[in-house]
Amino acid sequence: MGKTLSEKVWDEHVVRSAEGEPDLLFIDLHLIHEVTSPQAFDGLRLAGRKVRRPDLTLATEDHNVPTIDWDKPIADPVSKTQVDTLRKNAEEFGVRLHPLGDIEQGIVHVVGPQLGLTQPGMTIVCGDSHTSTHGAFGAIAFGIGTSEVEHVLATQTLMQAKPKTMAVTINGSLPEGVTAKDMVLTLITHTGTGGGQGYIVEYRGQAIEELSMEGRMTVCNMSIEWGAKAGLIAPDQTTFDYIEGKPEAPKGADWDAAVAHWKTLVTDDDAEFDKEIVLDASEMTPFVTWGTNPGQGVPLGGNVPIPAEFEEEQDRVAAENALKYMGLEAGTPMREVHVDTVFVGSCTNGRIEDLRLAAEIIKGHKVADGTRLLVVPGSVRVRLQAQEEGLDKVFIEAGAEWRGAGCSMCLGMNPDQLTPGERSASTSNRNFEGRQGKGGRTHLVSIPVAAATAVRGTLSSPADLVSASATAGKDA
Amino acid sequence: MDKFTTHTGVAVPLKRSNVDTDQIIPAVYLKRVTRTGFEDGLFAAWRNDPDFVLNKPEYAEASVLVAGPDFGTGSSREHAVWALQNYGFRAVISSRFADIFRGNSGKAGLLAAQVDEKVVQKIWDHLAEHPGATVTVDLESRTVRAGEGPDAIEDSFDIDDYTRYRLLNGLDDIGITLSNEVDIAAYESNRPAWKPATL
Repeated sequence: MGKTLSEKVWDEHVVRSAEGEPDLLFIDLHLIHEVTSPQAFDGLRLAGRKVRRPDLTLATEDHNVPTIDWDKPIADPVSKTQVDTLRKNAEEFGVRLHPLGDIEQGIVHVVGPQLGLTQPGMTIVCGDSHTSTHGAFGAIAFGIGTSEVEHVLATQTLMQAKPKTMAVTINGSLPEGVTAKDMVLTLITHTGTGGGQGYIVEYRGQAIEELSMEGRMTVCNMSIEWGAKAGLIAPDQTTFDYIEGKPEAPKGADWDAAVAHWKTLVTDDDAEFDKEIVLDASEMTPFVTWGTNPGQGVPLGGNVPIPAEFEEEQDRVAAENALKYMGLEAGTPMREVHVDTVFVGSCTNGRIEDLRLAAEIIKGHKVADGTRLLVVPGSVRVRLQAQEEGLDKVFIEAGAEWRGAGCSMCLGMNPDQLTPGERSASTSNRNFEGRQGKGGRTHLVSIPVAAATAVRGTLSSPADLVSASATAGKDA
Repeated sequence: MDKFTTHTGVAVPLKRSNVDTDQIIPAVYLKRVTRTGFEDGLFAAWRNDPDFVLNKPEYAEASVLVAGPDFGTGSSREHAVWALQNYGFRAVISSRFADIFRGNSGKAGLLAAQVDEKVVQKIWDHLAEHPGATVTVDLESRTVRAGEGPDAIEDSFDIDDYTRYRLLNGLDDIGITLSNEVDIAAYESNRPAWKPATL
């Protein structure tokens, strides 16, 4: 029997395998940031251990860094200590670091791909659950805890029990205006937040193949939101074209050797998955969440659900709790939900393609009164590229705040937070209670929905802007 | 890491599903650079509520958390495990744990005991009748026990063999892996030259 893509990549990285023990996997790339690494370095120090492979390790500052005044000392002393600790550790252990102010600084999952360090067939880990993003290149990539960060630093390996395999096949093509984000939100509502638990998922099918690398990263990024160990997509010409010419991509004969190998990284025709899910992209529509986990979503054209209509008691109770927290009335059309803050950014939707799409929709419009729009590029490179294309001016002219790079309001570790009761439409990945600030209420949305919502002040799609301006035109 | 064989302690019911790690400890509490002191952030959003179960005097000494399904979803922060441990918890019982949380628990020495959903309900019912009652989590026999007499609860829980072995013996993963250093070196010498490097 043949192998699936993930089995091929897994098997290529087994250092040691023994009955009754997890496999010992070699890790090709270890990404590090300020929040989940200090205790790991401390552990090394206490045990007198070194970083085994600093040449396979990369650190950046992203989680708690400010997105304004980044050239000044960090105002929050606790955040500053954490960042300073990372700098000291990187220096002491010889790890390459892109600190705040560096041109390569940014969200760790944006930086890896843009440097060309993320490549097909690799194993990539980071003390961050959205490491699954890198699976878009056909890599096995997943988030780890700090004890495991220390283990990888010391040994460049990780003990892992082999997960089961799942195929998510998305047939057909996405309709105009429907994005990778809508696709993955639809999937998560279909599976629930625990549906992927114990599986490495391969996303496949026409709709996946038609996605850009940015779109594929958005889908893989949210694998963890339905509990999957990792999510990956077979590399193809789209992948190779994206990597070629990036700073750390293979060159010359190395490139040819690499591509020859990458082309073998597909699931064999006779391979079998432990589980399969099939969805049809052509039926998908803009999708938003109404609740407090990413599996609580509806089409934008739908209504806030009625808890009593859920069959399972658990779901009913969860829905009741969620509506109470979110301050929503059951049955309200989603399009009538007023939004205070729109957040464009994060490792889910903070890449250049995302900013281009947002700017295209916002151009010529103003952010609605009573709504603020925060645009936070995923990296300094993304910010500079956007400025070169004039996107910053589009945002600023519309009344948006154009910020520096980082995780920002996705998790509210820096000053970019919602206040209690404040409602956001966010292109990020988690709508958990308090995720974007204590008492904050989050609706997860795609880039087009975020942009249109900023203009109208209520959850909207770009189609709503067109019909509004068409009506306005008639009146004139 | 300390050995874990069996633990008996006051059990507290947390009757919620999908308790994600942002709820276990919000991001603003993650800024410490030590492994201790995270207890203040544990369930921070709920702790202000006097009716929150951890605030009830009968659960003041709680060391076993009995939670609804999909406990520990979301962020990979091991701080969630540390916060539970710093607060005084030794074990969490649930019908389903998120993978990363379960892995982190095993590494840090917090026992994540996965039981059937019915067992969680039985323990919740028992605690409702006897607030402040203890529950025993026995790693050697892989059982959870509560109550006495004809209504006593005794059921098995799931934990993978390797994590159980490590916890029972208090073993350090890095030490185990480095004992196979020769295998790592052999693997490294065969990696393709075109694989990327950061330095």
